[in-house]
Amino acid sequence: MSSSIQGARSRSEKNSLRAPSPRIGEKIVISLLFLASAISVGVTIAIVISLFAPLPGFFDYVSPWEFLTGTLWAPSFLDSSFGVLPLVAGTLQVVFYALLIGVPLGLGAAIYLSEYASTRVRKTIKPILEVLEGLPTVATGLFAVFWFKPLIQELTPWLEWTSPFSIGVAGITVGIIIIPLIASVSDDAMRSVPVALREGAYALGASKMRVAVKVVLPAAISGIVASFVLGASRAIGETMVVLLVAGGGSPQLKIGFTEPAGAMTAFIASRATGEIATGTIDYYSIFAVGSLLFVMTLTMNMIAIFFVSKFREVYD
Amino acid sequence: MALGVNPGLFLNNPSSFRPEEAGYRPAILGTIQLIGGVILIIVPLGISAATYLELFADRTRWYNRIIELNIQNLAGVPSIVFGILGLAFIVRGIFDLGFVVAAGSMTVAILVLPTVILASREAIRAVPSSLLDGALALGATRLQAVRKMVLPAAAPGMLTGVILAVARAIGEAAPLLLVGAATFVTFDPNFWDGGYSALPVMIYSYAGRPQEEFHVLAAAGVLVMLVVLFFINSIAVWLRARFERTW
Repeated sequence: MSSSIQGARSRSEKNSLRAPSPRIGEKIVISLLFLASAISVGVTIAIVISLFAPLPGFFDYVSPWEFLTGTLWAPSFLDSSFGVLPLVAGTLQVVFYALLIGVPLGLGAAIYLSEYASTRVRKTIKPILEVLEGLPTVATGLFAVFWFKPLIQELTPWLEWTSPFSIGVAGITVGIIIIPLIASVSDDAMRSVPVALREGAYALGASKMRVAVKVVLPAAISGIVASFVLGASRAIGETMVVLLVAGGGSPQLKIGFTEPAGAMTAFIASRATGEIATGTIDYYSIFAVGSLLFVMTLTMNMIAIFFVSKFREVYD
Repeated sequence: MALGVNPGLFLNNPSSFRPEEAGYRPAILGTIQLIGGVILIIVPLGISAATYLELFADRTRWYNRIIELNIQNLAGVPSIVFGILGLAFIVRGIFDLGFVVAAGSMTVAILVLPTVILASREAIRAVPSSLLDGALALGATRLQAVRKMVLPAAAPGMLTGVILAVARAIGEAAPLLLVGAATFVTFDPNFWDGGYSALPVMIYSYAGRPQEEFHVLAAAGVLVMLVVLFFINSIAVWLRARFERTW
């Protein structure tokens, strides 16, 4: 169904089977359909403009070097300081804990789904994963604050629980959120490995476990890596959980499971809730942090898309 | 009062000091209006874009490849970035709507649009090409064949995609914080005018208050939201099962 109208038209011209009517109405409808899909490009351009246009105003006040390497983020102090590293450190901690939980559990689920589960079990679990993926993060965040954090606190009395907020719990919660994403992308990758590869290994006497780990896993590695990258990108962009669980009031450059911490997304969300005046350095700082966030996730998504297209090329 | 639900939860306005009387009325009304706007935007745009990309686009052309790559990328952009876009372009800037429901609708619609397009494309792809070829062989133009044969066959799948996107839109809080969904509103929202709130934003606001009673209220709000989402997702699953055809 991918053959194009352009192709069809050139063929008909060659055989002089041109349609008796030019069908201008159809051409208009098709151009409208094209416009609808081109809007997405417009959206991307608008995102880039809205993020990057205020940057000169911001960098008039803070040099880019100071912004990227400064270790103090204090936009509301009298002697304000805009070093983004504390926010980046918070975000990276969230990603670290999220991958710590999401990678083994997501990959385990994918191996089970693609190699061991019966069709019936698969047909039940896949839609549930889809629903879990779409669960509102406000709900997950609330669950983490009121139930999950006290539970972890009780289980780990040797840690110093001094703050009502914890970046570690936030990261683990985000990890739970990205399990379905990692599981479904990895599962797709592993299922696209040809059956012949598995049967070849079975014929040589390999056990099911050996086939899964030594044959299917390496063959699907680019798709699996893509799922990890997508998971990390989702963790970078997660807002509500980090805002609710990790606080984010006064970000400091601290590393630790039980520390409160600000992240890039949480800063943007908490800063913009108040009535904030256009043109102030405060207002610009939202766009500066947003630009950094956008560049980071865009890079990771491009890497993921590259990996996914790689495994498609091999087996299609 | 085994399963009694106090109707005040749905009917009352929020209160900052009397949690026993505070409710979600403006937030629920705000979310209903918001989602109405989202549906009006994503259904025509999403389905048109998917139809073009799947049935009319020549994939060897550079601009079509850019559109495809672009949609894949948009699907991975963090939701808060869409909030920034909404703040700069819809609330202020070109559209200059101000902090109103319409701005929230547009922002969330743009956010979930890639989901709708990707799901609709999948639905169209599942329709066998023999349907299209048959219609073309009988002398239908390409557009006629698409409209009369392919789109009706793909409709249930596309509807499922729209429903899943709506489910996601209902739970989105982060971008709404930037485009003006206020955490404290005591009047019913108006689509084009005045302040508004939304269910997830209200829940977030209640959860952030120090008093224990408000936390219970936040939990009740989550429960309401999850019941709605469960209902919506069930419809999607039912639709898929009811209209799933093997060609």
